[in-house]
Amino acid sequence: MNKDLLNQEAFFLDELPQRLENYQSARSQLIPILQMVQKAIAYLPAKALGIVADYLEVSAAEVYGVATFYNQFRFNPPGKYPFKICLGTACHVKGGEIILENVERKLNIKDGETTVDREFSIERVACVGCCALAPVAMIGETIHGNMAPSKVEGLFTRIQIEKEMAEREKQKNES
Amino acid sequence: MNAMKVTITVDEKPFEVDAHLNLLQACLDNGIYIPNLCYLEHRSPPQASCRLCFVEVGGVDQPVAACTVNVADQMVVRTDTPAVRRLQKSGLRLLLSVHHVDCKNCPANKKCALQDLARFLKVGLKPKHLEQHLKEPEIVDTHPFLTYYPNRCVLCGKCLQVCRSANGRAMLAFAQRGFDTVISFYGGAGSAATACDTCAACIDICPVAALLPK
Repeated sequence: MNKDLLNQEAFFLDELPQRLENYQSARSQLIPILQMVQKAIAYLPAKALGIVADYLEVSAAEVYGVATFYNQFRFNPPGKYPFKICLGTACHVKGGEIILENVERKLNIKDGETTVDREFSIERVACVGCCALAPVAMIGETIHGNMAPSKVEGLFTRIQIEKEMAEREKQKNES
Repeated sequence: MNAMKVTITVDEKPFEVDAHLNLLQACLDNGIYIPNLCYLEHRSPPQASCRLCFVEVGGVDQPVAACTVNVADQMVVRTDTPAVRRLQKSGLRLLLSVHHVDCKNCPANKKCALQDLARFLKVGLKPKHLEQHLKEPEIVDTHPFLTYYPNRCVLCGKCLQVCRSANGRAMLAFAQRGFDTVISFYGGAGSAATACDTCAACIDICPVAALLPK
């Protein structure tokens, strides 16, 4: 796991109470604050929700309620390789659901979750705009079209190979 | 101070009522029952989420939710027109379609708002042409003192309201959206400000026993 990322996150959370002083302590500021937090650390950890609730003098449940209403907020950190499985109309018809299931089973997490090592996360999306390639999966910004259950394993192999290549490259440069 | 009085006509009977009341309250005070589920006296503005308290008001084309309109002088109101009853029946059927109808094993049996409404509106408890749409899980056990049954809950929001009046902040809130909407206790029990073990406001107000003490 990336230590820097965790340190950065911890630092941000320590600093959050001071940062909040730029905002009025009013209910109307709740969404802007949540957006700011998510922009900084890419998700909303439970601790952040608690700090925000205290600052705005509302209950944590209310903050959670608002945050869960909007799709833009997430409660799990994005993985280093964020899988987005398209379940738009075309991909749904072509079996996007099955691709999602395959990835879920492979990573042993559900849609919306992140692996413990923060390497992978799964998200369902609704149409990425290339329906001709349905069913579509995205890893980060890379599109993988015409997906099939048999190709899911290949995606992971590719990531593994790329990792190993980068590792070798690094060793070569060091030596 | 003498409250202003106005005269309204409900189902062809005249009533003199306080001018500041909303129509639902005025009718209930005078013994005219209008189906309702989410209405709480003294809550302003009303939640108006159950969509059951429809009435027809003279001069207005469509039925209106009685809790959202203020009484006015010479207002003519009908509470039992076919249009009103149709809306109320549909509303109740939709509520029942996401409700786990298991009256025999339900602690609210015989004192349940849904049973009363179904009897009043002559709606079967298991609507035939609507799919059942139940949530997972059946029981939420995360709160130290409360148990929540998402499939009994009608999302009337009364518990939020009474919790807010009793404790200053609502320790429960709606979470998620659409069919997935549930009542959430997120972080609530950790707060020192509330005494969920002694305050049972939400349990007492719940019309369908979706919140029970442990």
